[in-house]
This record gives sequence, structure tokens and C-alpha cells, in this order.
Amino acid sequence: MLNQLNLGLIFLSAFLVNNILLIKFIALCSFFGLSNSLAASLGMGLAVMFVMVMSSSVSWAVYHYLLLPLHLEYLRTTAFILTIASLVQFEEIILRKKSPALYRALGIYLPLITTNCAILAAAFLGIDYQLNFLQNLVYSLGVSGGYCLAILLFAGLRERVDSAPVPPSFQGVPIAFITASLMSLAFLGFKGLFKL
Amino acid sequence: MKKLVNWQSFSDGLWKENPVLTLMLGLCPLLAISSSVTDSLGMGVAFTFVLFGSNLIISAIRRWVPSQVRIPVFIVVIATFVTITDYTLAAFLPELKRNLGVFLPLIVVNCIVLGRAEAFAARNNVFNSLLDALGMGLGFTLVIVLMAIIREGLGNGTIGPLTLFGKNYKPFLIMILPPGAFLVLGFLIALKNNLAGRRNRC
Repeated sequence: MLNQLNLGLIFLSAFLVNNILLIKFIALCSFFGLSNSLAASLGMGLAVMFVMVMSSSVSWAVYHYLLLPLHLEYLRTTAFILTIASLVQFEEIILRKKSPALYRALGIYLPLITTNCAILAAAFLGIDYQLNFLQNLVYSLGVSGGYCLAILLFAGLRERVDSAPVPPSFQGVPIAFITASLMSLAFLGFKGLFKL
Repeated sequence: MKKLVNWQSFSDGLWKENPVLTLMLGLCPLLAISSSVTDSLGMGVAFTFVLFGSNLIISAIRRWVPSQVRIPVFIVVIATFVTITDYTLAAFLPELKRNLGVFLPLIVVNCIVLGRAEAFAARNNVFNSLLDALGMGLGFTLVIVLMAIIREGLGNGTIGPLTLFGKNYKPFLIMILPPGAFLVLGFLIALKNNLAGRRNRC
């Protein structure tokens, strides 16, 4: 199980071996929607890192200190999505007041993040793997780092694919899927690093 | 004037506005679950149920929801139906629930469900919204099962309980691994583009 590994391996497992986009298939809408521009991918990647680390810590606390003692585990889905939505709103307000430069860079991606399933998935998976608080923090860092890495690599590849001669039926989205398939194949190679 | 009952809202979801092949929504469960035909069928049914329930409630209460808070209201309605599905499956089909894993609760943030709530159920009457939900749900189920048939058939030599090619078949393993999912969907969309393009040219 993941909760028996040390922190470095938890990070590597989330970052490369079980890459959230290419191996776990989570948050693919933003992966295909934004990756036609390198700048947008970088913005989204950083925004995801920023939000995911905070939201999965807060969701972890909500689950262990609020839902578990009150035996309300069945409200998990509703509670997490509301926590995340309000946290994103809150972060947006703080950022606008405290750091206008960062707000200008990440601002337009923040509202989109509420429906980015990677954020919710990281919160669920941290609970499902029964991680403690510190492990959960490292895990969410690894997951969001892996998201960043994959979307940046993919955006770089797509800029090259755009200028390549592609058969008419495959232009646009289909060739992007096939590119993703080859990237996924490359990431599958990390499976040999260690078990799980 | 709008017709009270519009059968087109059902048929649009199947092909012309197929949520997956045309609108590129709801890709996560589609790619992750489609390595097994049985699980895909389960996912399709669970997904259609959530869409059906949330479209029903949202179109029924649409006149009383102020537009400023509509998104949180929609999300709570959807989350309720997802929780119902989650616990029903845990009680009656625990194996399916284990195979679907995190993708079952993730239906909450599935773009198709929220998208249909916002684009259709919030503007149309109950009956049409139900037709829309059935069309979209069926469109999704068809694509995911089709993908599963291709992936499981080639990658494992089986379709559910059926064995396809006999004992000596060497499975095309890559098909049930993650890269196969991207590959099959890429080819399916290319096929749809090709068919749609041919029809336009005629």
C-alpha cells in the first residue's frame, strides 16, 4: 500500500509512475482543451499546483476532524466539492488583494479549477489510500507536479505536430490523442522503477 | 414557438451532438474504464442514472433558482445523485464499485453532467430534459461500450464472458494498458470525422 512507502517514494509514485493525466486518466478535459498553447498550459499547471496542495490538505482535515467523528462519511462527495469551490473563491480574493502580479498570471484559470477533476480526485485518493497528513501533503505535491510536467511536455509536442503534414481525418483532436498515446507509453516505462 | 415534446433532443445526443465524439466531454471515465466491457456497461448505466436524476430535478426547480447561485445548486443536486449511485452500488454490486473506483464519485465534476444541466435542463421543461438526459447518457454508453469491445477484444481476446479467438490467441496487451485507450479513441474520432466529412461532400 502507498501509506507504507517513505515520502520520497510517495512523491515519485504520484509524480511519474501513476501520472495523473497519462496513466490514471484524470483531468483530461483541461489536458486536451488547454494544451494547444504553451503559455496557457504553464498557467493552468501552476494554478493546479497552487490549489491542489491547499485543497487536499483542507479536505483531509474536513474528512478526519468533521465527517469521521460525526459519522457523516456519506456526505464526502458533497462536502469536498463545496470545500474546494469555496476555497478557490477565497484564494481568488486573497490573491487579488495581496499579489496582483500572481493574480494576473493565474486569475483566469482559478474559476476553471473548481471543475478540474484532478483537484477532487487528489482529495479522494488521499483518503482512499489512508495517508496521514504529511503523506497526503507530499502526495498532492507529486500529483500536481506530475500534472504540470505532463501538460507542459504535451503542449510542446502539439506545437510541433501543428506544423506536420497530417491526413485530413486525423487533423486536430485525433492526432492529439495519438500523440498522448505515445507519451503514455513512455510514462508506462516508469512502472519498472518500483512496485505501485 | 417551442414544441412541448421534442424528440430531437433525444436523437441529438446519440450522433450529431454525441457528448464524447463531438463535444470532447467526459473523457476521464471513458478512457479509464473502457478496458473491460462489463465495467463500461456499469459505468454507462450509473452515468445515465445521474444525468437522468439531475436533469429531472434541475428542470423541475429551474424557475425558483436565482441565476447567481445556480451553479452551486446544480452541483449539490448532482452530488446527491452521485452519492445515491455510489451507495447503491456498494450495497448491491460491490465488485463493480471497486472496479470503477474513484471514477464513480468523480461523476460530480464530469463536464457532461454539469454542461447538460446548464445548457439544457435549466432552460427546458421536464419531459424534454429527461429525453435529453437519456440521449446523452445512451450516446456516452454506446461509445464507452464500443471502445471496451475493441480494447478488451484485442487486448485480452474476450468480450465479457465470451472468448473470441480461441486458446492460441496472443493478446495485443497494449490495448488494455493506458496508451491503448488514447489510441482507440483517436482512431474513433478520426473515423467519425471521416464519415461526417464524406456526408458533407455529397
